[in-house]
Amino acid sequence: MNYLTLSLTLIFVVIPLILSKTLKLGMEKDTIIAAVRSIIQLLAVGYVLQFVFESESMIYILLMIILMITAATHNAQRKGASIKGIIWKLVATFVFIEALTQGILLGLNITPATAQYIIPISGMVIGNSMVLSILFLNRFTGELNNQEEQTELILSLGGTPKQAVYRQLITSIKASTIPTIESQKTIGLVQLPGMMSGQIIAGADPVQAVMFQLLILFLLLTTAVVTSILLGYLSYPTLFNDRMQFLDNHLENDN
Amino acid sequence: MSSTENIAIKFEKVNFSDEGLHILKNITGSFPEGKITTLVGPSGAGKSTLFKLCNGLKSPDSGDIYVLNQHIKNYNPIELRRTVGIALQSATMIKGNVYDNLNLPLDLQNQELSEDRGKELLKLVGLPEDYLYRNTKDLSGGQRQKLSIARTLVNQPEILLLDEITSSLDRVSQEDIEKLIKRINETYRTTIIWITHNLKQALDVGQYTWVMMEGQVIETGPSDILNHPQNEDVQRFVKGEAE
Ligand SMILES: Nc1ncnc2c1ncn2[C@@H]1O[C@H](COP(=O)(O)OP(=O)(O)OP(=O)(O)O)[C@@H](O)[C@H]1O
Ligand SMILES: [Mg+2]
Repeated sequence: MNYLTLSLTLIFVVIPLILSKTLKLGMEKDTIIAAVRSIIQLLAVGYVLQFVFESESMIYILLMIILMITAATHNAQRKGASIKGIIWKLVATFVFIEALTQGILLGLNITPATAQYIIPISGMVIGNSMVLSILFLNRFTGELNNQEEQTELILSLGGTPKQAVYRQLITSIKASTIPTIESQKTIGLVQLPGMMSGQIIAGADPVQAVMFQLLILFLLLTTAVVTSILLGYLSYPTLFNDRMQFLDNHLENDN
Repeated sequence: MSSTENIAIKFEKVNFSDEGLHILKNITGSFPEGKITTLVGPSGAGKSTLFKLCNGLKSPDSGDIYVLNQHIKNYNPIELRRTVGIALQSATMIKGNVYDNLNLPLDLQNQELSEDRGKELLKLVGLPEDYLYRNTKDLSGGQRQKLSIARTLVNQPEILLLDEITSSLDRVSQEDIEKLIKRINETYRTTIIWITHNLKQALDVGQYTWVMMEGQVIETGPSDILNHPQNEDVQRFVKGEAE
């Protein structure tokens, strides 16, 4: 594809604009912002990736991963309901999940240690971990707010902080990971996953594309479950002081 | 109270605030050991908050609290909460049946309540034994209050804090609970502090009383003080409640 054909794809932006205008949906501004941002962001990423791939330097790969983790952390703590001091817990979660997945992939020689593999896979893993973090935090803070009396009851009977929020923790871990598991049950039946579609269009052998897609799906299972559990276990102690008192003002639930 | 009596809980110049609100103001006073003390006062006086300080669910901003002659800070929080049991005003239940709730205090210690002991506890608080496996969703407000007392007793606390536990009960059930409280106090020498809106209850069951208003302790002494309060606000409160 060249820039001329790419510019023709703007037709697909113009259609919603016209519809929004005629039906007075008032979505023109957001549509334009979204289109402009995707053009700038994706092209920038494309050029950066080209540069990193050509340089073949581990330092640049590492820098890219750090950038991804920073962006994911920023996004997760801005979008999700929050718990005091969550930033470093998010960072720890993303670093851990990235190290775990790449450690297994590279350690067992499942994928080669080149930028071409490491960066896109890291992007998917960290991106999904971010989404899971947001899902988990929203649910967990919601559960804690709704069940504050239960937390107090368990503490009052001599329960530990962990016992006092255990039910809420488990409910939130389950609720945030179930969509990932459920969506994998119907994958390929309803729609082809984006990555696989892209590879097939770019000319890859469909079976090869499927095998990579499976790798990604399995990675995302681990990502989902590990993210929720890790973030949960890292964040609940912040909600208590050393006298085992529940600090409800450490819940920053603004949505 | 006379100086020969032991003290279960002692407050010395205790202040507590939450979210910028000064809730308890310079509380000084004590609860005698082995006796039933009632805690009365208008809504919002800070009674429930005072209870939460007693078993360490909250800590004061300043001042000292002593439980059984030991500074509250010297207790491990879990040990303190098992020594000073509290039946919370909300009578919150965990999901599940009556047994799950009675078993909760033991479950938290990886132990298990026997079915017989469960039935015994139900009988003690005046609930039918065959309620043991009933879902708590199907209990009335008053039945939950009874269950909440039974659950608090499982830890065999030395000091028992009861917060408005008869507010949803009919007259007969209230009298049952009053008898139960006296019986627990007489049988186990348990110190009982009881928040109630019912001044007749305070006079009939309580030996001592504390009157709180707007975060302060206004009067303390033998329950009889409710019959002829010194303070004008207390006089008005007593008159209002009696009507
Ligand atoms: N979690 C909280 N955060 C902020 N303020 C609170 C909180 N809980 C209670 N308060 C405030 O503290 C004051 C005392 O409340 P408390 O529940 O101790 O009163 P009470 O004497 O038990 O009243 P009632 O008879 O209605 O149960 C009230 O003004 C209340 O609004
Ligand atoms: Mg109260």
